[in-house]
Amino acid sequence: MTEILSSIGYAEWILHALIWLPILGMGLVLWADEERAKHVAFWWSAGVFVLSLGMWWAFDPGSGVMQMESVAPWIPGWGISYALGVDGISLFMVLLTTLITPLAILGSFEYIRKRERAFYALMLLLEAGVVGVFVATDVFLFYVFFELTLVPMYFIVGIWGGERRIYAAIKFFLYTAFGSLLMLVGILFLFFKAKTALGVPTFALADLLQVPLTGTEQLWLFAAFALAFSVKIPLFPLHTWLPDAHVEAPTPGSVVLAAVLLKMGTYGFLRFLLPLFPVAAQHPTVVLVMMTLAVVGIIFTAWVAAVQPDAKKLVAYTSVAHMGFVVLGIFALTVNGLQGGLVVMISHGISTGALFLLLGMLYERRHTRKIEDFGGIGRVAPLLTTAFIITALASIGLPGTSGFVGEFLALLGAFETHPVLAGIAATGVIFAAYYMLPMVQKVFFNKLDRAENIEVHDLTRRELVILTPLLALMILIGWHPTPLLERMEPSVQVILDRVESASADLEISALPTDTIQAEAVPAVGGDE
Amino acid sequence: MTLDFSRQLHYFWALLPEIVLCSWAMVVLVAGVSGSHAPGRVPDDNGDPTFDGGASLGWLSLAGVLLVALFNGWLYSVHEVDQTGMIAVDGFRLFANWIFLGAAALTILISFSYVRRQRLQAGEFYALILLATSGMMFMAAARDLMVIFLGLEVMSIAVYALTGFNRRDRKSAEAGLKYFLLGAFSTGFFLYGIALTYGATGSTNIALIGAAVAGGGASDGLLTVGVALLLIGFAFKVSAVPFHMWTPDVYEGAPGPVTAFMSAAVKAAAFVAFMRVFLVGFDGVYEAWYPVMWWLAAITMVAANLIALVQSNVKRMLAYSSIAHAGYLLVALTAANQTAAAGLLFYLLVYTVMNMGAFAVVLSVSHQSEERLQIEDYAGFGWAQPLLGVFLTVFLLSLAGFPGTGGFMGKIFLLQGAADSQLWALSIILVLTTVASYWYYLRVAWFMWMKDAGTPGHHDQVEAPFALRVALFASVAIILYLGVFPSGVLSFAQASVAGLGSVGGSLLGVGP
Repeated sequence: MTEILSSIGYAEWILHALIWLPILGMGLVLWADEERAKHVAFWWSAGVFVLSLGMWWAFDPGSGVMQMESVAPWIPGWGISYALGVDGISLFMVLLTTLITPLAILGSFEYIRKRERAFYALMLLLEAGVVGVFVATDVFLFYVFFELTLVPMYFIVGIWGGERRIYAAIKFFLYTAFGSLLMLVGILFLFFKAKTALGVPTFALADLLQVPLTGTEQLWLFAAFALAFSVKIPLFPLHTWLPDAHVEAPTPGSVVLAAVLLKMGTYGFLRFLLPLFPVAAQHPTVVLVMMTLAVVGIIFTAWVAAVQPDAKKLVAYTSVAHMGFVVLGIFALTVNGLQGGLVVMISHGISTGALFLLLGMLYERRHTRKIEDFGGIGRVAPLLTTAFIITALASIGLPGTSGFVGEFLALLGAFETHPVLAGIAATGVIFAAYYMLPMVQKVFFNKLDRAENIEVHDLTRRELVILTPLLALMILIGWHPTPLLERMEPSVQVILDRVESASADLEISALPTDTIQAEAVPAVGGDE
Repeated sequence: MTLDFSRQLHYFWALLPEIVLCSWAMVVLVAGVSGSHAPGRVPDDNGDPTFDGGASLGWLSLAGVLLVALFNGWLYSVHEVDQTGMIAVDGFRLFANWIFLGAAALTILISFSYVRRQRLQAGEFYALILLATSGMMFMAAARDLMVIFLGLEVMSIAVYALTGFNRRDRKSAEAGLKYFLLGAFSTGFFLYGIALTYGATGSTNIALIGAAVAGGGASDGLLTVGVALLLIGFAFKVSAVPFHMWTPDVYEGAPGPVTAFMSAAVKAAAFVAFMRVFLVGFDGVYEAWYPVMWWLAAITMVAANLIALVQSNVKRMLAYSSIAHAGYLLVALTAANQTAAAGLLFYLLVYTVMNMGAFAVVLSVSHQSEERLQIEDYAGFGWAQPLLGVFLTVFLLSLAGFPGTGGFMGKIFLLQGAADSQLWALSIILVLTTVASYWYYLRVAWFMWMKDAGTPGHHDQVEAPFALRVALFASVAIILYLGVFPSGVLSFAQASVAGLGSVGGSLLGVGP
């Protein structure tokens, strides 16, 4: 496989293809007939997925640095380049994106009944944007893609959403734009520093990593970047846009939002926040604040989820809790923690994506999302029920499913540094069972006492095609996570080395680690 | 060729584009009252096969603009001997001329059907646009305060007339009077500022003023008052808060194409002259005017964006939006360095094009008249007229400064200029007010795409005639091109400001 791939120069063009093919597909969809648009979109995105699978083999698992890199000057006057690359962190995010997009498109065949061409075109544009976010190695390029994903999502929620769709869409847009524009000032500050320190204008991440920053500067920049990413994740208390957006978004919108868009935030933590501002990122106060917010988010949203009458809103809140585990794992700053966070990102993408798809399927059958309207679906739709239960169990982290691996590792990592917080967070796993299982029981196992519920039909072939790969992955990752972990580890190690070498600098300069006013610390040296 | 301004004839060559433009305006004016355009025939388009509603005059004016553009391009091959003549032949002026000529061309293109439907005197209308444009070009070319003043007056008087041009519309007349009175008032400030500056420095030549100010040869009290009065005069023209009161009423009342022209080109001309006077003439007293400019920029951005949030009339919303953009541009003036000056030029170019584009669609929606301007009138518009809807969405996203559009690159350019002078607080105000602006730009987008039209066929009457389409396609193409491949124009803008002074960078970290 590797030989075949290298013989066609796969590594050189695949990242470009993954960005530009969906945009080309967008043109095709707009050009197609209204009835054929969805098929064009599905087959096109499925083709993109198949193409992206080659990355699994083309990727060298032993290396932690950027691979398949390609750089072209974009705006040379400002040192901006069109630079792409993947490492063990972005590889899985890219594959998750290319997997979820065709499934979400397939899942919208029944749901989207108006203005189909525009809808599928926007879905493909969204895919291009998200892939761009995950493969950009130039900070400016990253920012462009990061913002660009807002537009298609805004229209997807606002045009095809539910009753309060406009409110949800604008809230989503303003929240995330607010965060990211402050990050833009931070990026320009970094750029300015780089220009002064290195003598050339540059936005390349590798160059910005060389810029010496004082402790105070790191802290401010950390705040600006963390705000942008925390809104996206979303981290408590910035999460209030998420339930609205999820509830109002059409099924495929929710799926993509939960499965990949939220990951852009935690990805930003790993890719930019920790490596660029290691001194701030490991400052005890900062770590404590971030981990506490994560834990509060886990517990708080679990409670909120437990009392939701709307199944979709329930799942939306569980997203906040799961992403809390990711943040917890990341700020543990250990290999286990970071890997755990990454696995939760993947697992949450798969299981929550599947949950939203399943809720969409239930909605198409019953046109309601209220938990109390259902009951006894298990008897009339056994396949649907089985799929839902496996997904729910994976979501709450039952051993043997993907959710367990991630949350276990994240908690393990957190235990190594902050046992008390990790202990509190661990109760979140129990709460997860507390909100998820009663919902499953009410929907699928209570009395089949409503005429509408008796007529619910089981999964169609199309729906089976959507769910099978997701279910298989949940169990596969649950039993055999090693291929994932071994590919992540070198990249995770690179980040941690960088953070630790910054702490070595700290000790040399005898910085009092309990104060923030760490002026004039040469925080980041050339630690390649 | 080389220009030596000790020989008077060489001013002729240096001013060739302006001279050609003025003469062409006369030609259009005369053509407008002769032949088939003779006054008695204009108002009647019922079944008259020879009536073209002034379209031929429009094309004639457009040809003039293109001809002037050629002369403007020719000036690139010309060099001046020293930099103290009354007229500058430098990149800054020529780049600005491209903006004015582009704005004039777009205005003419979007005026065709408006002029016809509103039965305006086409000859006078187009001639006035050309004359206003020549005034702008004088302002950009001026290296002497008196020439700036002349340019300002030529431009302003033409625009006063254009504002009140639609005599059958009371709002237009009101706007014309309002603009004239306040404009005359601000001109007074400006002229007195020139007088005092002359008293302080002994010259009206910007380069000589700069030398006197930098060398300490200026008397402080007079100079301070002079600079302050000039600042107020310019602030009126660029409509910076708190000197913006006239703007919303005038923009709302003026005929649609004129509003587009004013909000883009008039503002651009004022900014270009503003930049040259303060960067070259008053760089020696940067510390004195820097805090004023800082607050002017901050207040303009905040106030304009907040007021725009609650506007329900699209034309008025765009008026406040144009004030907000003036605020962003004032950040460049506050930064006062080479990057900021180049950023100002780049942003003015982008702003002109995107604003013109937005107004072109607004004109279509309002049936080339002054009706259907409420935001509710846009409900369902996108689905009824997908092409116009997509175009307007692009313009709005660009005005909001979204990646992929020229507006984003422009904002990055301005922010870089601010960064070079360490204006971090101002940068943060800029981005935060930008978030606020998302609300009112996206509100139009959500009415267009996310609401259904109240009555079916609500948008059937909307039409985009050929000339307007040309303007729209050109605008969209330029906006997207500058958003994706800004590199060439960027370096061009950077090269264009070479020779202009730079002071902001020398005062790193100074805060008011």
